[in-house]
Amino acid sequence: MSALVPNELLRVESLAKTFTLHLHDGALLSVVHGVSFSVMAGECVVLGGPSGVGKSSILKMVSGNYLAGEGRILVADGERVVDVARAAPREILDLRRRVVGSVSQFLRVIPRVAALDIVAAAAQEAGLDREGSRARAAALLARLRLPEALWRLPPATFSGGEQQRVNVARGFAGAHRLLVLDEPTASLDADNREAVIELIAERKAEGAGFLAIFHDEDVRARVADRIVDVSRFSDREAA
Amino acid sequence: MTARPYNFAYLDEQTKRMIRRAILKAIAIPGYQVPFASREMPMPYGWGTGGVQVTAAIIGPDDVLKVIDQGADDTTNAVSIRAFFAKTADVATTTDTTQATIIQTRHRVPETPLSGEQILVYQVPIPEPLRFLEPRETETRTMHALAEYGVMHVKLYEDIARHGHIATTYAYPARVADRYIMDPSPIPKFDNPKLDDCPALQLFGAGREKRIYAIPPFTRVVSLDFEDHPFERTKFDAACEFCGATDSFLDEVVIDDRGGRMFVCSDTDYCEKRRAAKTKDVAQ
Amino acid sequence: MTAPLLSVRGLCKRYGAIDACRDISFALEEGEALAIVGESGSGKTTLLNLVAGALQADSGEVVYRMRDGAARALSSLSEAERRALMRTDWGFVHQDASRGLRMNVSAGGNIGERLMAIGDRHYGRIRAAALDWLARVEIAAQRVDDPPSTYSGGMRQRLQIARNLVTGPRLVFMDEPTGGLDVSVQARLLDLLRGLIADMGLAAIIVTHDLAVARLLSHRMLVMKQGEVIESGLTDRVLDDPQAPYTQLLVSSVLAA
Repeated sequence: MSALVPNELLRVESLAKTFTLHLHDGALLSVVHGVSFSVMAGECVVLGGPSGVGKSSILKMVSGNYLAGEGRILVADGERVVDVARAAPREILDLRRRVVGSVSQFLRVIPRVAALDIVAAAAQEAGLDREGSRARAAALLARLRLPEALWRLPPATFSGGEQQRVNVARGFAGAHRLLVLDEPTASLDADNREAVIELIAERKAEGAGFLAIFHDEDVRARVADRIVDVSRFSDREAA
Repeated sequence: MTARPYNFAYLDEQTKRMIRRAILKAIAIPGYQVPFASREMPMPYGWGTGGVQVTAAIIGPDDVLKVIDQGADDTTNAVSIRAFFAKTADVATTTDTTQATIIQTRHRVPETPLSGEQILVYQVPIPEPLRFLEPRETETRTMHALAEYGVMHVKLYEDIARHGHIATTYAYPARVADRYIMDPSPIPKFDNPKLDDCPALQLFGAGREKRIYAIPPFTRVVSLDFEDHPFERTKFDAACEFCGATDSFLDEVVIDDRGGRMFVCSDTDYCEKRRAAKTKDVAQ
Repeated sequence: MTAPLLSVRGLCKRYGAIDACRDISFALEEGEALAIVGESGSGKTTLLNLVAGALQADSGEVVYRMRDGAARALSSLSEAERRALMRTDWGFVHQDASRGLRMNVSAGGNIGERLMAIGDRHYGRIRAAALDWLARVEIAAQRVDDPPSTYSGGMRQRLQIARNLVTGPRLVFMDEPTGGLDVSVQARLLDLLRGLIADMGLAAIIVTHDLAVARLLSHRMLVMKQGEVIESGLTDRVLDDPQAPYTQLLVSSVLAA
């Protein structure tokens, strides 16, 4: 396992992904190949390129949600380096708890669980005790300007923006050093986008690294330290 | 003497040996239900065929037999069985507990303490204490083999939940020699303490269910309970109307149609003896 | 990292000419929930019963790490040890709650039975534990003396869960725990299971044909077809990026509400 340089949180090397569509007679859908880039501590790397080029697929491979085709996805875990492309499920789960956090574009709603509990659970997963988790959850929801009246309610009936704020809070509830964000602000208004931008800046200052997709150019400009244009790795026709 | 048309005590000798082997096994494993090949008897199931077979296997010409039914020597069941053995074995019979060598009983233990020269034979309807909660024989046998008795306390728990106290007043389960849990037959729980450390041999026969079990003399028998609901001996608020006893099990007798009732010793022999002693005192 | 809690190796079971389970192997960690999904006839329930020791395998081995740390092959346990294991360190939640409950014993008695089986002899404490668990599975306290024959299907299932968890088992087997229940009742039950698995750090093996249940409850998933595991991995990975043809078919067949 090659060593990462100090402060290198993520190194993607020659990553490739092809989908085999067995339901369509095994048609092969090549997405990306030869993807290589790094994310250092304290920086936000944004994946750029038009819609459908494979940005989301790269994010999902980094968090282990998609299987990598070829290549390596090296993540720093203290002194160790883990290759997500080859890691056992148990290892990936462990990484997700402590090292690699993620925020998807939409909240996956489960019935009956209150917004505060969703965020507190994420904090607890990452190691905080019960009391601390709830306090942290409350602080995050407050930062993201979610009305307190909604904290004890399950998000199923929230608006898209309210749900997404719960989603963002959940992603930021732990102490992950690497955060993977897939269009986290797409459904938020200007004020709430501002809150997320501030959160990202704070975390960067604390040494966290970000790998993100932002379609909104303003947000991108505020937050991105580097942009990796995925279209040069893409096998896809732009959508 | 008339020629007896029956073998001594009705059963053939091989059958008696089979039953004696079962009895020996039962004595060797206190409280364990030994299966035996229960025979057709000249009384229907449910009328004491198990007890009769055990008595028939152990009785000899010199024995003195007492038979009681709910403590009384003079009820139908007791009278019939006593007559049965008088006819088929020509043995002496008695109503006096102290004179008997074998006492066959339905649902009571005599008040008079027993000696090491005596054998008490119980008539048992359902030998399996776990049956009410577990209908499968295969399962209850495994539970006894592995001493899985949690379910017995479930029954007692249910009693307390439903009635506030352990409401089982007869056939109260007990643990024998710290191992097997047994059903002592439908004797009142009042009698359970008498089973413990008893000098006499206690044999249990279930004819319909084909099981024999035993409590050897001086064996530890502990009735089940909870720490916070310990086993309590039944106490009566009254004394026996006839003999004044306060330490015996009393039957409640309705005497009129206005709710009048009186309490009388269930053990008729015990009561009579006490009355006789009183009369003697008075006469002297 | 510590040895797995449960190790299944080469488990096989044939019924005549039919391979119900063909050379199945997997490991389960402490606190990990594993879903076994497949359609009817896939062998998933047979596999569950083989692992739980309810069925005898034709070949293969199941090794469990006991509380004292010793790894024991299930086949080497005596009948007494196996039954004791089922009552204390393991739980089994049946699809049909009446198979896992004493229907004519009160709820309190049902929950308390395991405690009484391991030697608890204090009525007050047993009852308190039963009431505590009824609260945890959201059954009203005043139903404690009612038998489950008077309960609804969802309540029976929740009672079955309480009865299994009262001795703090480390591994729970579940066979279609939400099968046959109304949707709202399912949601409540799943939420309860999810919370209990997390709070108690339970390892669980959950057989289900419902992919949504698998996604909600499990970390990892095995997909079975005709007695074989045709795909396995992280639950979200298998559902979002299915590799095997059959898995792709399963995932694409599910209607979203």
